[in-house]
Amino acid sequence: MSVERGGWKVRTLKLWIPLGAFMVFTLFPFYWMAVTSIKPNSELYNRKIMPMIVYHPTLKHYVDLLTETNFLQWTWNTFLVAITSTAISLVFGTMLAYPLARMKFAGSALISFAIAATYLVPQPLLFIPLADIINQLHLGDTLTSVILTYPTLLVPFCAWLLMGYFRSVPTELEDAARIDGATRLQTMFKVFLPLCVPGFISAGIFAFTLSQNEFLYALIFLTQTDVRTVPVGAIAELVKGDVFYWGQLMAAALLGSVPVAVIYSFFVEHYVAGLTAGAVKQ
Amino acid sequence: MSATYLEYRRASAFRRWTEREGIFSWLMIGPPILFLILLVGYPFAYGIWLSLEDRPVAHAGKFVGLANFIADFNDPVFWQVAINTFVYTFFATILKMVGGLALALTMNQDFRFKNTIRAMMLLPFIVPTVLSTIAWMWMLDPGFSVINWFLKYTGIADPGPSWLGNPSLAMMSLIIVNVWRGLPFYAITLLAGLQTISPDLYEAATIDGAGTWARFRYVTLPLLKPVIFIVTMFSVIFTFADFQLVYVLTRGGPANATHLFATYAFDIAMSGGQLGMGASVALAMLPPLALIIIAMSVYMKPNKS
Repeated sequence: MSVERGGWKVRTLKLWIPLGAFMVFTLFPFYWMAVTSIKPNSELYNRKIMPMIVYHPTLKHYVDLLTETNFLQWTWNTFLVAITSTAISLVFGTMLAYPLARMKFAGSALISFAIAATYLVPQPLLFIPLADIINQLHLGDTLTSVILTYPTLLVPFCAWLLMGYFRSVPTELEDAARIDGATRLQTMFKVFLPLCVPGFISAGIFAFTLSQNEFLYALIFLTQTDVRTVPVGAIAELVKGDVFYWGQLMAAALLGSVPVAVIYSFFVEHYVAGLTAGAVKQ
Repeated sequence: MSATYLEYRRASAFRRWTEREGIFSWLMIGPPILFLILLVGYPFAYGIWLSLEDRPVAHAGKFVGLANFIADFNDPVFWQVAINTFVYTFFATILKMVGGLALALTMNQDFRFKNTIRAMMLLPFIVPTVLSTIAWMWMLDPGFSVINWFLKYTGIADPGPSWLGNPSLAMMSLIIVNVWRGLPFYAITLLAGLQTISPDLYEAATIDGAGTWARFRYVTLPLLKPVIFIVTMFSVIFTFADFQLVYVLTRGGPANATHLFATYAFDIAMSGGQLGMGASVALAMLPPLALIIIAMSVYMKPNKS
């Protein structure tokens, strides 16, 4: 009995207290986002009352956000851009990863090194020349500008992740297909790629959240309200000079986060697999 | 008859040619490689060219050699920015590494709702950074900070500090928000690493008389080292080149105390319209980054394992 009680105490100390502290640290900003977004202004800017709870919840900020700003348009733009650039990146990523994972050819070592290096080049190294190039191509303020540039971040990542996945698939089926006379292209599309759906989901989910998260290129290339994405729209249009529309900002932050969080929650395992791929050689 | 036969021969020769491993591979990787050369390779080279020019936006550039870099070298703000970037990267990385390892070790026990808690842990990493940073900005607001309300309520400080108005506190706040966002990545990846360590090793160590600390020091840590290395290098690269957090929370202020290379380059190039100068500041990031990137690319080469 006393041993059990000791075990319980040790467990509280070693597990539940640190875990609880981390959870509070992790989740409090989201709680605060939600609470702020449903507070009337009279409570938001009242220092006398206890701020942790809402006395008179209201949806006013949400209504204002949806009716007075272009939030819905921004959401649509964000999705369109994220889905298109993810699709492009998966196609290009597969085209790179399949030969690198399966075949011997001149330059393959150099190419795989270059892809890893490209993946690690951070955007701030490229945004100034890219801004000038986009300008010269007259692509400023078009969604094409970001649909073209996001894959530069996503293709190396997808290629790299898929390469790891492709290598983990046994080669027997492809060998059999080749012996039966299938061309390389047929082998790839009809035999090999259908086996790799989990890899595509991992890479796709990851690429999708990365493009939802992108800010720098969108900030520079998209300056008109009707082409903006959610993060840029929120920063550029819900802050007017020194005036912050905190209620609307929090509503936008929450609404902008929900779709990503929901999609992620369906594919947590795939996401984690993508996240830890490469770092952890299973 | 013979024409079709010739066509057939020619077509099958072409087909055999494309079936060759080297040819098929290059036909496959050609288009994406071209894409990356056009939109990563070319801009990169063009950025180097820009940094050697006096190039106001919407005007023709004039080649000035290394003048921009010499100007950076003599600019006290540039050195302030360099120090800021190193301070930010160093402390954020250390905190994420230690905190992430602690969290991973905590999560590596058996408990109920483990998968749900792990999924929730990752939320800061999933949610678009700018949006969660807006929430932090409100939490650190000079007038209505909930943290200051808490400090006052518990009697620790009244009035609470101006989190983003004081130079050192602003840097500290940025580091904390960066840690908040990046910690889950460390924790989840290190947790995945921990789970690959065979329990037999711990058993063997225990039989040999190793205590908790010795098991951590001589079993966990050495086996986790490669994972820690990769995760840390990743995080160093993206912390070093961070833009979003600073742009949203402080825009580099107060008095340049929180400007990083990326935000300073942005200010010069985008707000100031000096593309050449801006490009030179951005390129100043390259030497330290290149070292890390080359080391990592060599390490990550998949055919190594």
